[in-house]
Amino acid sequence: MEDFFRELAADYPRWNFIWMYEDRQQGKVLAGLWMTIKLSVLCLIFSVVIGLVGAWMQGARSAVTRAIVQGYIQFFRNTPPLVQLLFFYFALGQFTPVVAGEDGWTVEPIISNVGWAVISLSFFAGAFNVEIFRAGIEAVPESTVEASESLGFNRLQTYLYVVLPLAFRVCLPALNNNLVNLVKTTTQAYAIAVPELLYHSVSIWNDYPSAQYPTMLMLFVTYILLVGILVFGMSRWERSMKILGYGT
Amino acid sequence: MTWTADQPIVSIKKVHKSFGTLEVLKGVSLDVMKGEVICIIGPSGSGKSTLIRCINGLNDIQGGSITVEGQEVHTPDLDKLALRRKVGMVFQQYNLFPHKTALENVMMAPVKVLRQNKADVEARARALMKKVRLEGKEDSYPGELSGGQQQRVAIARSLAMNPDVMLFDEVTAALDPETVKEVLVTIKDLAAEGMTCILVTHEMGFAREVADHIYFTDRGVIVEHGPPATFFDEASDPRTQEFLGQIL
Repeated sequence: MEDFFRELAADYPRWNFIWMYEDRQQGKVLAGLWMTIKLSVLCLIFSVVIGLVGAWMQGARSAVTRAIVQGYIQFFRNTPPLVQLLFFYFALGQFTPVVAGEDGWTVEPIISNVGWAVISLSFFAGAFNVEIFRAGIEAVPESTVEASESLGFNRLQTYLYVVLPLAFRVCLPALNNNLVNLVKTTTQAYAIAVPELLYHSVSIWNDYPSAQYPTMLMLFVTYILLVGILVFGMSRWERSMKILGYGT
Repeated sequence: MTWTADQPIVSIKKVHKSFGTLEVLKGVSLDVMKGEVICIIGPSGSGKSTLIRCINGLNDIQGGSITVEGQEVHTPDLDKLALRRKVGMVFQQYNLFPHKTALENVMMAPVKVLRQNKADVEARARALMKKVRLEGKEDSYPGELSGGQQQRVAIARSLAMNPDVMLFDEVTAALDPETVKEVLVTIKDLAAEGMTCILVTHEMGFAREVADHIYFTDRGVIVEHGPPATFFDEASDPRTQEFLGQIL
């Protein structure tokens, strides 16, 4: 296998699949892939949590609370995620406290570039999730909510046990879409030097221009697989939650 | 003032209720004693449903007072949970939780709201399912049940909270004539056991048979009331006579 790719690179100089036979480059790809997966999973979880909390706050009695959620959505939905990343890392990053580094001499910010990427991307996708969940919540009949209130459930209990489980089923397809977009948007963390898959890929083809096409190809295939796994899991979940006589 | 059983369990005094500029209730008063079954009849839009929704605080009122076991319902410091433990409500559209089985629907409020022991609640819920003649349907989802069956689950769900008063809001209006009967039999059983019941209904035969007292409402006021025998046979008000003439 390794010999095949070595010969291929010798015969066709533009098709140097270097990470198939050189351990150091392979290590970069794997490290990048691992970082991409970690980044995606963390952002997925946080963005969904932000979406749920935001949708809950949108139903608050206080007009101030609702205005804050609305402002948050407008800011994060209407500005480019790349600009948000740069702003979080370079602008807000300046104000965060620093801690002593491992060597005891240098200082490191308490939130690393990876941390900022997670925060920024989670808020970005979270803004969309709030709206997605709101649509689902609005699809839950008012009469079902009244039945729950009549049984003594308070607002939070009604939200957790009745509204959310029903809303979730309605909004899964839209949520699906947004989460797919989120996984792909993690590549933008490259801009603040988060060592994810795109970052390492660029570093590989900067060192070995002959590996550029194969590495781009690898990027496409990897993201198709990653998103494929996500979509597969989500649609199985969607099917398992299907209720007779409700929603689609 | 503590409530004792010789006082009305539900006391409605000069209640006024408007939706915007539309006045729906124009000074309605009625008293219900413990163990009594009362039926509220009248044309659509006469404020029947609104009135019973005010009893458990689903609608607010603009004037007058409603007390349940001596506790004022429309006061800012109302303990809603305490009220809703006392007052059960069954709706026209059943409003079951579609993502839960019949048994889970019945168990949910006692477990989540009252935090009662799950095994105890389950035993009670199974007994209630038997009581509403739905043995064997415990694991069915609402979507798998007929309208009449769903409505009986809804009754069992309300009873699981051990209410002192049951409100029935046109509970047979969405059912076909055959299933109407099975629901009415269930309510009749309840009434026979001494449950205080307030029903809004268009089932005149049923009202005549079960009710201790009938109230006829029209355009937001109680036009006439009395025990079924006198009410149906000796109605004195022309509006009542006209209404009864059309349906009997």
